[in-house]
Amino acid sequence: MRSLFAFMKKEWMEQCRSGRLMILGMLFILFGIMNPAVAKLTPWLFQVMADSLAESGITVTSVTVSAMDSWVQFFKNIPIGLIVFILLQSSIFTREYQTGTLVLVLTKGIERYKVAASKAAVLSILWTAGYWLCFGITFAYNAYFWDNSAAQNLAFSAVCWWMFGLWVTALSVLLSALAKSNTGVLAGTGGIVLASYLIGLFPKVKEYVPTLLTDGNSLIYGVSEARTYSAAMIVTVILCVVCFAACIPVFNKRQV
Amino acid sequence: MDMLHITGLHKRFGDKEVLKGLELSVPEHSIFGFIGKNGAGKTTTMKTVLGFMKADRGEIAVAGERVIYGQTATNRFIGYLPDVPEFYPFMTAPEYLSFCGEITGMHRDEIRARSKELLELVGLGGERHRIRGFSRGMKQRLGIAQALLHRPKLLICDEPTSALDPVGRKEILDIILAVREQATVLFSTHILTDCERICTDIAFLNDGVVQIQGRLGDIKSGCRTEEYLLETEKRADMSDVCLAFPGMRQTEGNQLCFSEKEHSVFEVLRYLADRQIPLLKVQRVEPTLESLFMEVVEK
Repeated sequence: MRSLFAFMKKEWMEQCRSGRLMILGMLFILFGIMNPAVAKLTPWLFQVMADSLAESGITVTSVTVSAMDSWVQFFKNIPIGLIVFILLQSSIFTREYQTGTLVLVLTKGIERYKVAASKAAVLSILWTAGYWLCFGITFAYNAYFWDNSAAQNLAFSAVCWWMFGLWVTALSVLLSALAKSNTGVLAGTGGIVLASYLIGLFPKVKEYVPTLLTDGNSLIYGVSEARTYSAAMIVTVILCVVCFAACIPVFNKRQV
Repeated sequence: MDMLHITGLHKRFGDKEVLKGLELSVPEHSIFGFIGKNGAGKTTTMKTVLGFMKADRGEIAVAGERVIYGQTATNRFIGYLPDVPEFYPFMTAPEYLSFCGEITGMHRDEIRARSKELLELVGLGGERHRIRGFSRGMKQRLGIAQALLHRPKLLICDEPTSALDPVGRKEILDIILAVREQATVLFSTHILTDCERICTDIAFLNDGVVQIQGRLGDIKSGCRTEEYLLETEKRADMSDVCLAFPGMRQTEGNQLCFSEKEHSVFEVLRYLADRQIPLLKVQRVEPTLESLFMEVVEK
Protein backbone atom coordinates (compact mmCIF):
# COMPACT_ATOMS: atom_id res chain seq x y z
CA MET A 1 0.00 0.00 0.00
CA ARG A 2 2.90 2.32 0.82
CA SER A 3 4.35 2.06 -2.67
CA LEU A 4 0.91 2.84 -4.14
CA PHE A 5 0.67 6.02 -2.09
CA ALA A 6 4.29 6.91 -2.90
CA PHE A 7 3.49 6.66 -6.61
CA MET A 8 0.30 8.69 -6.15
CA LYS A 9 2.34 11.32 -4.31
CA LYS A 10 4.71 11.46 -7.29
CA GLU A 11 1.76 11.85 -9.68
CA TRP A 12 0.38 14.65 -7.54
CA MET A 13 3.77 16.37 -7.44
CA GLU A 14 3.97 16.12 -11.24
CA GLN A 15 0.48 17.60 -11.65
CA CYS A 16 1.44 20.52 -9.38
CA ARG A 17 4.92 21.22 -10.73
CA SER A 18 4.04 20.82 -14.41
CA GLY A 19 1.27 23.42 -14.00
CA ARG A 20 -1.45 21.02 -15.17
CA LEU A 21 -3.24 21.21 -11.82
CA MET A 22 -3.25 25.01 -11.95
CA ILE A 23 -4.60 25.06 -15.52
CA LEU A 24 -7.37 22.59 -14.64
CA GLY A 25 -8.20 24.45 -11.42
CA MET A 26 -8.45 27.77 -13.24
CA LEU A 27 -10.52 26.24 -16.04
CA PHE A 28 -13.10 24.64 -13.75
CA ILE A 29 -13.31 27.74 -11.52
CA LEU A 30 -13.68 29.95 -14.60
CA PHE A 31 -16.48 27.78 -16.00
CA GLY A 32 -18.12 27.68 -12.57
CA ILE A 33 -18.21 31.50 -12.52
CA MET A 34 -19.00 31.93 -16.20
CA ASN A 35 -22.20 29.86 -16.14
CA PRO A 36 -24.15 32.25 -13.85
CA ALA A 37 -22.22 35.28 -15.17
CA VAL A 38 -23.34 34.67 -18.74
CA ALA A 39 -26.93 34.17 -17.56
CA LYS A 40 -26.74 37.30 -15.41
CA LEU A 41 -25.29 39.38 -18.24
CA THR A 42 -27.77 38.20 -20.88
CA PRO A 43 -30.40 40.97 -20.22
CA TRP A 44 -27.71 43.63 -20.22
CA LEU A 45 -26.26 42.22 -23.48
CA PHE A 46 -29.69 42.33 -25.11
CA GLN A 47 -30.13 45.94 -23.93
CA VAL A 48 -26.77 46.96 -25.38
CA MET A 49 -27.63 45.27 -28.64
CA ALA A 50 -31.24 46.53 -28.69
CA ASP A 51 -30.55 49.36 -31.17
CA SER A 52 -28.75 47.22 -33.73
CA LEU A 53 -31.37 44.47 -33.30
CA ALA A 54 -34.14 47.08 -33.85
CA GLU A 55 -32.56 48.03 -37.15
CA SER A 56 -32.88 44.40 -38.18
CA GLY A 57 -36.52 44.47 -37.21
CA ILE A 58 -36.20 42.65 -33.90
CA THR A 59 -37.70 44.35 -30.90
CA VAL A 60 -36.22 43.52 -27.55
CA THR A 61 -38.68 43.58 -24.70
CA SER A 62 -37.78 42.66 -21.15
CA VAL A 63 -35.57 39.59 -20.87
CA THR A 64 -35.84 37.58 -17.67
CA VAL A 65 -33.28 35.00 -16.70
CA SER A 66 -33.30 32.34 -14.02
CA ALA A 67 -31.11 29.59 -12.56
CA MET A 68 -32.23 27.45 -15.50
CA ASP A 69 -30.23 29.60 -17.95
CA SER A 70 -27.17 29.21 -15.77
CA TRP A 71 -27.60 25.40 -15.62
CA VAL A 72 -28.09 25.22 -19.39
CA GLN A 73 -24.81 27.11 -19.66
CA PHE A 74 -23.23 24.60 -17.23
CA PHE A 75 -24.16 21.63 -19.42
CA LYS A 76 -22.85 23.54 -22.46
CA ASN A 77 -19.50 24.34 -20.89
CA ILE A 78 -18.70 21.11 -19.07
CA PRO A 79 -17.97 19.15 -22.31
CA ILE A 80 -15.23 21.70 -23.05
CA GLY A 81 -13.91 21.15 -19.52
CA LEU A 82 -13.83 17.38 -20.12
CA ILE A 83 -12.09 17.76 -23.51
CA VAL A 84 -9.39 20.02 -22.01
CA PHE A 85 -9.00 17.59 -19.08
CA ILE A 86 -8.46 14.62 -21.43
CA LEU A 87 -6.14 16.65 -23.69
CA LEU A 88 -3.99 17.65 -20.72
CA GLN A 89 -3.90 14.17 -19.18
CA SER A 90 -3.67 12.05 -22.33
CA SER A 91 0.09 11.66 -21.98
CA ILE A 92 0.11 10.63 -18.31
CA PHE A 93 1.22 7.08 -19.28
CA THR A 94 2.66 7.60 -22.77
CA ARG A 95 5.10 10.30 -21.64
CA GLU A 96 6.61 7.71 -19.30
CA TYR A 97 6.88 5.11 -22.09
CA GLN A 98 8.50 7.62 -24.43
CA THR A 99 11.01 9.05 -21.95
CA GLY A 100 11.72 5.71 -20.25
CA THR A 101 11.12 7.02 -16.72
CA LEU A 102 9.10 3.94 -15.81
CA VAL A 103 12.09 1.64 -16.38
CA LEU A 104 13.87 2.65 -13.19
CA VAL A 105 10.63 2.65 -11.18
CA LEU A 106 9.74 -0.90 -12.25
CA THR A 107 13.25 -2.16 -11.48
CA LYS A 108 12.50 -1.24 -7.86
CA GLY A 109 10.10 -4.16 -7.72
CA ILE A 110 6.86 -2.12 -7.53
CA GLU A 111 3.98 -4.19 -8.91
CA ARG A 112 2.80 -2.83 -12.24
CA TYR A 113 -0.84 -2.74 -11.20
CA LYS A 114 0.09 -0.16 -8.56
CA VAL A 115 1.51 2.13 -11.22
CA ALA A 116 -1.64 1.83 -13.33
CA ALA A 117 -3.93 2.07 -10.29
CA SER A 118 -2.28 5.22 -8.93
CA LYS A 119 -2.48 6.98 -12.30
CA ALA A 120 -6.14 5.94 -12.68
CA ALA A 121 -6.89 7.10 -9.12
CA VAL A 122 -5.22 10.49 -9.58
CA LEU A 123 -7.11 11.07 -12.85
CA SER A 124 -10.43 10.08 -11.29
CA ILE A 125 -9.81 12.32 -8.27
CA LEU A 126 -8.85 15.27 -10.49
CA TRP A 127 -11.92 14.87 -12.71
CA THR A 128 -14.20 14.47 -9.68
CA ALA A 129 -12.70 17.45 -7.84
CA GLY A 130 -12.68 19.70 -10.92
CA TYR A 131 -16.22 18.77 -11.95
CA TRP A 132 -17.79 19.22 -8.51
CA LEU A 133 -15.83 22.44 -7.95
CA CYS A 134 -17.35 23.83 -11.13
CA PHE A 135 -20.80 22.55 -10.13
CA GLY A 136 -20.43 23.92 -6.58
CA ILE A 137 -19.48 27.42 -7.76
CA THR A 138 -22.36 27.52 -10.24
CA PHE A 139 -24.76 26.17 -7.60
CA ALA A 140 -23.67 28.78 -5.04
CA TYR A 141 -24.02 31.72 -7.46
CA ASN A 142 -27.36 30.42 -8.71
CA ALA A 143 -28.61 30.13 -5.13
CA TYR A 144 -27.47 33.69 -4.46
CA PHE A 145 -28.97 35.27 -7.60
CA TRP A 146 -31.98 33.05 -8.26
CA ASP A 147 -33.44 29.80 -7.00
CA ASN A 148 -31.93 26.41 -7.77
CA SER A 149 -35.22 24.64 -7.09
CA ALA A 150 -36.41 25.72 -10.56
CA ALA A 151 -34.18 22.98 -12.01
CA GLN A 152 -35.69 19.51 -11.74
CA ASN A 153 -33.54 16.39 -11.09
CA LEU A 154 -30.54 18.72 -10.65
CA ALA A 155 -28.45 16.40 -8.44
CA PHE A 156 -29.17 13.38 -10.65
CA SER A 157 -28.37 15.22 -13.87
CA ALA A 158 -25.08 16.41 -12.32
CA VAL A 159 -24.21 12.85 -11.23
CA CYS A 160 -25.02 11.60 -14.75
CA TRP A 161 -22.57 14.02 -16.36
CA TRP A 162 -19.89 13.30 -13.75
CA MET A 163 -20.32 9.56 -14.41
CA PHE A 164 -20.00 10.12 -18.16
CA GLY A 165 -16.75 12.07 -17.54
CA LEU A 166 -15.47 9.27 -15.30
CA TRP A 167 -16.17 6.74 -18.09
CA VAL A 168 -14.25 8.86 -20.60
CA THR A 169 -11.40 9.07 -18.04
CA ALA A 170 -11.47 5.28 -17.62
CA LEU A 171 -11.38 4.88 -21.40
CA SER A 172 -8.35 7.13 -21.66
CA VAL A 173 -6.61 5.09 -18.91
CA LEU A 174 -7.26 1.82 -20.75
CA LEU A 175 -6.12 3.28 -24.07
CA SER A 176 -3.03 4.71 -22.37
CA ALA A 177 -2.05 1.18 -21.36
CA LEU A 178 -2.42 0.13 -25.01
CA ALA A 179 -1.23 3.09 -27.09
CA LYS A 180 2.33 4.24 -27.68
CA SER A 181 1.60 7.95 -27.96
CA ASN A 182 -0.99 10.37 -26.64
CA THR A 183 -2.28 10.80 -30.20
CA GLY A 184 -3.40 7.17 -30.02
CA VAL A 185 -5.04 7.79 -26.65
CA LEU A 186 -6.89 10.86 -27.91
CA ALA A 187 -7.94 9.25 -31.19
CA GLY A 188 -9.12 6.09 -29.41
CA THR A 189 -11.05 7.94 -26.70
CA GLY A 190 -12.62 10.34 -29.21
CA GLY A 191 -13.48 7.49 -31.55
CA ILE A 192 -15.21 5.41 -28.87
CA VAL A 193 -17.20 8.41 -27.56
CA LEU A 194 -18.25 9.23 -31.13
CA ALA A 195 -19.23 5.58 -31.67
CA SER A 196 -21.34 5.72 -28.49
CA TYR A 197 -23.04 8.87 -29.79
CA LEU A 198 -23.74 7.28 -33.19
CA ILE A 199 -25.09 4.09 -31.60
CA GLY A 200 -27.33 6.35 -29.47
CA LEU A 201 -29.03 7.58 -32.65
CA PHE A 202 -30.79 4.20 -32.93
CA PRO A 203 -33.94 4.45 -30.81
CA LYS A 204 -33.79 0.77 -29.73
CA VAL A 205 -30.44 1.09 -27.99
CA LYS A 206 -30.52 4.81 -27.19
CA GLU A 207 -31.24 4.34 -23.51
CA TYR A 208 -28.24 2.03 -22.96
CA VAL A 209 -25.40 4.17 -24.30
CA PRO A 210 -23.21 6.32 -22.00
CA THR A 211 -23.61 9.45 -24.17
CA LEU A 212 -27.27 9.60 -23.07
CA LEU A 213 -25.98 10.78 -19.67
CA THR A 214 -24.78 14.03 -21.23
CA ASP A 215 -28.37 15.15 -21.90
CA GLY A 216 -28.62 17.05 -18.60
CA ASN A 217 -30.90 19.76 -20.04
CA SER A 218 -33.76 17.33 -20.66
CA LEU A 219 -33.55 16.26 -17.02
CA ILE A 220 -33.51 19.73 -15.48
CA TYR A 221 -36.39 20.89 -17.68
CA GLY A 222 -38.32 17.77 -16.75
CA VAL A 223 -38.62 16.67 -20.40
CA SER A 224 -37.17 13.28 -19.41
CA GLU A 225 -37.59 11.35 -16.22
CA ALA A 226 -34.66 10.17 -14.13
CA ARG A 227 -35.58 6.50 -14.60
CA THR A 228 -35.07 6.84 -18.38
CA TYR A 229 -31.39 7.24 -17.62
CA SER A 230 -30.98 4.37 -15.18
CA ALA A 231 -30.06 1.76 -17.83
CA ALA A 232 -27.41 4.06 -19.35
CA MET A 233 -26.12 4.77 -15.83
CA ILE A 234 -25.75 1.07 -15.02
CA VAL A 235 -24.06 0.38 -18.37
CA THR A 236 -21.65 3.30 -17.80
CA VAL A 237 -20.76 2.14 -14.28
CA ILE A 238 -20.07 -1.38 -15.63
CA LEU A 239 -17.98 0.02 -18.51
CA CYS A 240 -15.98 2.14 -16.05
CA VAL A 241 -15.17 -0.89 -13.91
CA VAL A 242 -14.33 -2.96 -17.03
CA CYS A 243 -12.01 -0.25 -18.41
CA PHE A 244 -10.14 0.23 -15.12
CA ALA A 245 -9.91 -3.54 -14.53
CA ALA A 246 -8.81 -4.34 -18.10
CA CYS A 247 -6.09 -1.71 -17.88
CA ILE A 248 -4.17 -3.82 -15.32
CA PRO A 249 -3.55 -7.02 -17.36
CA VAL A 250 -2.89 -4.91 -20.47
CA PHE A 251 -0.35 -2.79 -18.61
CA ASN A 252 1.21 -5.92 -17.04
CA LYS A 253 2.04 -7.29 -20.47
CA ARG A 254 3.27 -4.01 -21.88
CA GLN A 255 6.91 -3.83 -22.93
CA VAL A 256 8.65 -0.82 -21.33
CA MET B 1 26.52 -19.22 -5.41
CA ASP B 2 25.64 -17.62 -8.73
CA MET B 3 23.86 -14.31 -8.32
CA LEU B 4 22.54 -14.57 -11.87
CA HIS B 5 22.10 -17.74 -13.86
CA ILE B 6 20.85 -17.81 -17.44
CA THR B 7 20.27 -21.02 -19.39
CA GLY B 8 19.35 -21.45 -23.04
CA LEU B 9 18.05 -17.92 -23.62
CA HIS B 10 16.57 -17.34 -27.06
CA LYS B 11 15.13 -14.10 -28.41
CA ARG B 12 14.12 -13.23 -31.92
CA PHE B 13 13.05 -9.85 -33.34
CA GLY B 14 11.27 -10.59 -36.60
CA ASP B 15 13.79 -12.34 -38.86
CA LYS B 16 16.75 -11.57 -36.65
CA GLU B 17 17.63 -14.06 -33.93
CA VAL B 18 19.51 -11.92 -31.40
CA LEU B 19 20.04 -14.53 -28.67
CA LYS B 20 20.64 -18.13 -29.73
CA GLY B 21 20.77 -20.10 -26.48
CA LEU B 22 22.74 -17.78 -24.26
CA GLU B 23 24.26 -19.33 -21.11
CA LEU B 24 25.65 -17.09 -18.39
CA SER B 25 26.64 -17.45 -14.74
CA VAL B 26 27.55 -14.42 -12.67
CA PRO B 27 29.29 -15.41 -9.41
CA GLU B 28 28.55 -13.54 -6.19
CA HIS B 29 30.72 -10.49 -5.39
CA SER B 30 32.25 -10.32 -8.83
CA ILE B 31 32.45 -7.35 -11.18
CA PHE B 32 31.31 -9.12 -14.30
CA GLY B 33 32.09 -7.56 -17.66
CA PHE B 34 29.53 -8.50 -20.28
CA ILE B 35 31.31 -7.68 -23.52
CA GLY B 36 29.88 -7.54 -27.00
CA LYS B 37 29.68 -5.43 -30.12
CA ASN B 38 26.92 -2.85 -30.50
CA GLY B 39 23.74 -4.76 -31.31
CA ALA B 40 25.13 -8.05 -29.97
CA GLY B 41 22.18 -8.45 -27.59
CA LYS B 42 23.59 -7.14 -24.30
CA THR B 43 20.68 -4.80 -23.59
CA THR B 44 18.17 -7.44 -24.72
CA THR B 45 19.69 -9.89 -22.22
CA MET B 46 19.56 -7.31 -19.42
CA LYS B 47 15.97 -6.28 -20.17
CA THR B 48 14.97 -9.94 -20.13
CA VAL B 49 16.70 -10.39 -16.75
CA LEU B 50 14.67 -7.41 -15.48
CA GLY B 51 11.41 -8.99 -16.71
CA PHE B 52 10.82 -6.15 -19.20
CA MET B 53 11.20 -8.29 -22.30
CA LYS B 54 9.75 -11.71 -22.98
CA ALA B 55 12.24 -14.41 -23.91
CA ASP B 56 11.21 -16.88 -26.62
CA ARG B 57 12.86 -19.69 -24.65
CA GLY B 58 15.19 -20.11 -21.71
CA GLU B 59 15.37 -19.72 -17.94
CA ILE B 60 16.69 -16.87 -15.83
CA ALA B 61 17.26 -17.01 -12.07
CA VAL B 62 18.28 -14.05 -9.92
CA ALA B 63 19.57 -15.01 -6.44
CA GLY B 64 18.03 -18.42 -7.03
CA GLU B 65 14.56 -17.05 -7.86
CA ARG B 66 13.04 -17.47 -11.33
CA VAL B 67 12.37 -14.33 -13.39
CA ILE B 68 8.84 -14.07 -14.81
CA TYR B 69 8.07 -11.67 -17.67
CA GLY B 70 5.79 -8.79 -16.72
CA GLN B 71 6.27 -9.40 -13.00
CA THR B 72 8.98 -7.53 -11.20
CA ALA B 73 9.30 -9.46 -7.92
CA THR B 74 12.90 -10.57 -8.60
CA ASN B 75 13.81 -6.93 -9.21
CA ARG B 76 13.91 -6.42 -5.44
CA PHE B 77 17.34 -8.11 -5.65
CA ILE B 78 18.44 -5.90 -8.54
CA GLY B 79 19.69 -2.35 -8.89
CA TYR B 80 19.59 -1.27 -12.53
CA LEU B 81 21.45 1.50 -14.27
CA PRO B 82 20.45 1.87 -17.95
CA ASP B 83 22.84 3.40 -20.49
CA VAL B 84 20.85 6.63 -20.44
CA PRO B 85 18.91 6.72 -17.16
CA GLU B 86 15.76 8.82 -17.25
CA PHE B 87 14.37 10.47 -14.13
CA TYR B 88 11.38 12.65 -13.35
CA PRO B 89 12.75 16.08 -14.31
CA PHE B 90 10.51 17.94 -11.87
CA MET B 91 12.16 16.30 -8.85
CA THR B 92 15.44 17.06 -7.10
CA ALA B 93 17.99 14.27 -6.53
CA PRO B 94 17.05 13.78 -2.82
CA GLU B 95 13.34 13.80 -3.74
CA TYR B 96 13.93 11.14 -6.40
CA LEU B 97 15.83 8.90 -3.99
CA SER B 98 13.14 9.43 -1.37
CA PHE B 99 10.49 8.39 -3.94
CA CYS B 100 12.53 5.30 -4.88
CA GLY B 101 12.93 4.39 -1.21
CA GLU B 102 9.21 4.70 -0.58
CA ILE B 103 8.22 2.49 -3.51
CA THR B 104 10.66 -0.18 -2.35
CA GLY B 105 9.13 -0.05 1.14
CA MET B 106 12.18 1.29 2.97
CA HIS B 107 11.80 2.95 6.36
CA ARG B 108 11.78 6.76 6.32
CA ASP B 109 14.89 7.14 8.53
CA GLU B 110 16.75 4.56 6.45
CA ILE B 111 15.82 6.39 3.23
CA ARG B 112 17.15 9.66 4.64
CA ALA B 113 20.42 8.14 5.87
CA ARG B 114 21.02 6.00 2.78
CA SER B 115 20.18 8.85 0.36
CA LYS B 116 22.66 11.14 2.13
CA GLU B 117 25.35 8.43 2.09
CA LEU B 118 24.83 7.58 -1.59
CA LEU B 119 24.56 11.17 -2.80
CA GLU B 120 27.88 11.84 -1.06
CA LEU B 121 29.36 8.70 -2.66
CA VAL B 122 28.39 9.79 -6.17
CA GLY B 123 29.33 13.43 -5.60
CA LEU B 124 25.82 14.91 -5.62
CA GLY B 125 25.69 15.66 -1.90
CA GLY B 126 25.25 19.41 -2.24
CA GLU B 127 23.02 19.33 -5.34
CA ARG B 128 19.66 20.97 -4.72
CA HIS B 129 18.58 21.76 -8.31
CA ARG B 130 15.88 19.85 -10.13
CA ILE B 131 17.01 16.93 -12.32
CA ARG B 132 15.82 18.87 -15.39
CA GLY B 133 19.12 20.80 -15.34
CA PHE B 134 21.45 17.80 -14.76
CA SER B 135 24.26 16.93 -17.18
CA ARG B 136 24.63 13.40 -18.56
CA GLY B 137 27.38 12.59 -16.07
CA MET B 138 25.28 13.83 -13.15
CA LYS B 139 22.35 11.71 -14.32
CA GLN B 140 24.62 8.68 -14.56
CA ARG B 141 25.86 9.27 -11.01
CA LEU B 142 22.32 9.71 -9.72
CA GLY B 143 21.51 6.51 -11.63
CA ILE B 144 24.08 4.60 -9.59
CA ALA B 145 22.77 6.13 -6.36
CA GLN B 146 19.18 5.06 -7.10
CA ALA B 147 20.34 1.62 -8.18
CA LEU B 148 22.14 1.04 -4.86
CA LEU B 149 19.50 2.64 -2.63
CA HIS B 150 17.72 -0.55 -1.55
CA ARG B 151 21.02 -2.45 -1.06
CA PRO B 152 20.52 -4.77 -4.06
CA LYS B 153 22.41 -8.03 -4.33
CA LEU B 154 22.99 -7.50 -8.03
CA LEU B 155 23.81 -4.19 -9.71
CA ILE B 156 23.21 -4.28 -13.47
CA CYS B 157 24.87 -1.47 -15.41
CA ASP B 158 24.12 -1.23 -19.12
CA GLU B 159 27.03 0.51 -20.82
CA PRO B 160 27.37 3.01 -17.99
CA THR B 161 30.37 4.80 -19.46
CA SER B 162 29.67 4.76 -23.18
CA ALA B 163 28.12 8.24 -23.32
CA LEU B 164 30.60 9.96 -21.00
CA ASP B 165 33.78 11.96 -21.41
CA PRO B 166 37.06 10.54 -19.97
CA VAL B 167 36.63 12.32 -16.61
CA GLY B 168 33.02 11.15 -16.27
CA ARG B 169 34.06 7.60 -17.23
CA LYS B 170 36.77 7.49 -14.59
CA GLU B 171 34.34 8.75 -11.93
CA ILE B 172 31.75 6.10 -12.79
CA LEU B 173 34.34 3.28 -12.85
CA ASP B 174 35.70 4.40 -9.48
CA ILE B 175 32.18 4.34 -8.02
CA ILE B 176 31.53 0.85 -9.44
CA LEU B 177 34.81 -0.37 -7.93
CA ALA B 178 33.79 1.15 -4.60
CA VAL B 179 30.42 -0.65 -4.54
CA ARG B 180 31.92 -4.11 -5.10
CA GLU B 181 31.74 -4.84 -1.37
CA GLN B 182 28.01 -4.09 -1.35
CA ALA B 183 26.83 -5.93 -4.47
CA THR B 184 27.69 -8.16 -7.38
CA VAL B 185 28.06 -6.02 -10.49
CA LEU B 186 27.06 -7.06 -14.02
CA PHE B 187 28.48 -4.47 -16.33
CA SER B 188 27.84 -4.50 -20.08
CA THR B 189 30.23 -2.63 -22.30
CA HIS B 190 32.06 -2.48 -25.57
CA ILE B 191 34.83 -0.33 -24.07
CA LEU B 192 37.43 -2.98 -23.31
CA THR B 193 39.83 -0.78 -21.36
CA ASP B 194 37.05 -0.13 -18.83
CA CYS B 195 36.63 -3.86 -18.41
CA GLU B 196 40.34 -4.49 -17.99
CA ARG B 197 40.41 -1.82 -15.32
CA ILE B 198 37.67 -3.03 -13.03
CA CYS B 199 36.31 -6.48 -13.96
CA THR B 200 37.10 -9.69 -12.11
CA ASP B 201 35.15 -11.88 -14.55
CA ILE B 202 34.18 -11.46 -18.16
CA ALA B 203 31.99 -12.99 -20.84
CA PHE B 204 32.19 -12.32 -24.57
CA LEU B 205 28.81 -12.24 -26.30
CA ASN B 206 29.03 -12.84 -30.00
CA ASP B 207 26.57 -14.16 -32.57
CA GLY B 208 23.89 -14.63 -29.93
CA VAL B 209 25.89 -16.88 -27.60
CA VAL B 210 28.52 -16.43 -24.91
CA GLN B 211 31.77 -17.49 -26.57
CA ILE B 212 34.15 -17.23 -23.60
CA GLN B 213 33.34 -16.82 -19.93
CA GLY B 214 35.38 -16.92 -16.73
CA ARG B 215 37.85 -15.11 -14.48
CA LEU B 216 39.62 -12.35 -16.40
CA GLY B 217 43.09 -13.56 -15.34
CA ASP B 218 42.32 -17.19 -16.28
CA ILE B 219 40.99 -16.20 -19.69
CA LYS B 220 43.98 -14.02 -20.44
CA SER B 221 46.52 -16.68 -19.42
CA GLY B 222 44.52 -19.44 -21.13
CA CYS B 223 44.54 -17.55 -24.37
CA ARG B 224 48.23 -16.59 -24.21
CA THR B 225 49.40 -16.56 -27.79
CA GLU B 226 53.15 -16.45 -26.98
CA GLU B 227 53.77 -13.45 -29.13
CA TYR B 228 57.06 -11.51 -29.08
CA LEU B 229 57.96 -7.97 -30.05
CA LEU B 230 61.38 -7.16 -31.40
CA GLU B 231 62.79 -3.68 -32.06
CA THR B 232 66.03 -3.18 -33.97
CA GLU B 233 68.15 -0.05 -33.90
CA LYS B 234 68.56 0.14 -37.68
CA ARG B 235 65.83 -0.17 -40.27
CA ALA B 236 68.07 -2.17 -42.65
CA ASP B 237 68.60 -4.84 -39.96
CA MET B 238 64.86 -5.17 -39.59
CA SER B 239 64.47 -5.96 -43.28
CA ASP B 240 67.20 -8.65 -43.03
CA VAL B 241 65.46 -10.28 -40.07
CA CYS B 242 62.16 -10.20 -41.94
CA LEU B 243 63.74 -12.00 -44.89
CA ALA B 244 65.35 -14.63 -42.65
CA PHE B 245 62.13 -15.34 -40.75
CA PRO B 246 59.12 -15.24 -43.09
CA GLY B 247 55.82 -14.49 -41.36
CA MET B 248 57.17 -11.77 -39.07
CA ARG B 249 54.96 -8.69 -39.13
CA GLN B 250 56.07 -5.10 -38.95
CA THR B 251 53.93 -3.24 -36.40
CA GLU B 252 55.38 0.29 -36.22
CA GLY B 253 58.78 1.91 -36.79
CA ASN B 254 61.50 -0.75 -36.49
CA GLN B 255 59.28 -3.13 -34.55
CA LEU B 256 58.57 -6.69 -35.59
CA CYS B 257 56.05 -9.09 -34.13
CA PHE B 258 56.20 -12.88 -34.31
CA SER B 259 54.58 -15.90 -32.74
CA GLU B 260 56.42 -18.68 -30.91
CA LYS B 261 54.41 -21.10 -33.05
CA GLU B 262 56.13 -19.80 -36.20
CA HIS B 263 59.66 -19.22 -34.98
CA SER B 264 61.45 -20.20 -31.77
CA VAL B 265 62.48 -17.12 -29.82
CA PHE B 266 65.91 -18.67 -29.13
CA GLU B 267 66.44 -19.29 -32.82
CA VAL B 268 65.67 -15.61 -33.56
CA LEU B 269 67.94 -14.42 -30.75
CA ARG B 270 70.76 -16.71 -31.97
CA TYR B 271 70.42 -15.22 -35.48
CA LEU B 272 70.62 -11.68 -34.04
CA ALA B 273 73.63 -12.56 -31.84
CA ASP B 274 75.53 -14.26 -34.67
CA ARG B 275 75.16 -11.16 -36.84
CA GLN B 276 75.62 -8.77 -33.91
CA ILE B 277 72.46 -6.84 -34.77
CA PRO B 278 71.92 -4.11 -32.17
CA LEU B 279 68.56 -4.35 -30.42
CA LEU B 280 66.43 -1.77 -28.67
CA LYS B 281 63.80 -4.09 -27.27
CA VAL B 282 62.73 -7.74 -26.99
CA GLN B 283 59.38 -8.15 -25.26
CA ARG B 284 56.90 -10.94 -24.63
CA VAL B 285 53.47 -9.52 -25.53
CA GLU B 286 50.69 -10.00 -22.99
CA PRO B 287 47.35 -10.69 -24.65
CA THR B 288 44.92 -7.78 -24.27
CA LEU B 289 41.17 -8.01 -24.01
CA GLU B 290 41.05 -6.30 -27.36
CA SER B 291 43.13 -9.00 -29.04
CA LEU B 292 40.99 -11.69 -27.36
CA PHE B 293 37.81 -9.93 -28.38
CA MET B 294 38.98 -9.57 -31.97
CA GLU B 295 39.90 -13.25 -31.99
CA VAL B 296 36.42 -14.21 -30.76
CA VAL B 297 34.62 -11.88 -33.15
CA GLU B 298 36.67 -12.93 -36.17
CA LYS B 299 36.37 -16.68 -35.54
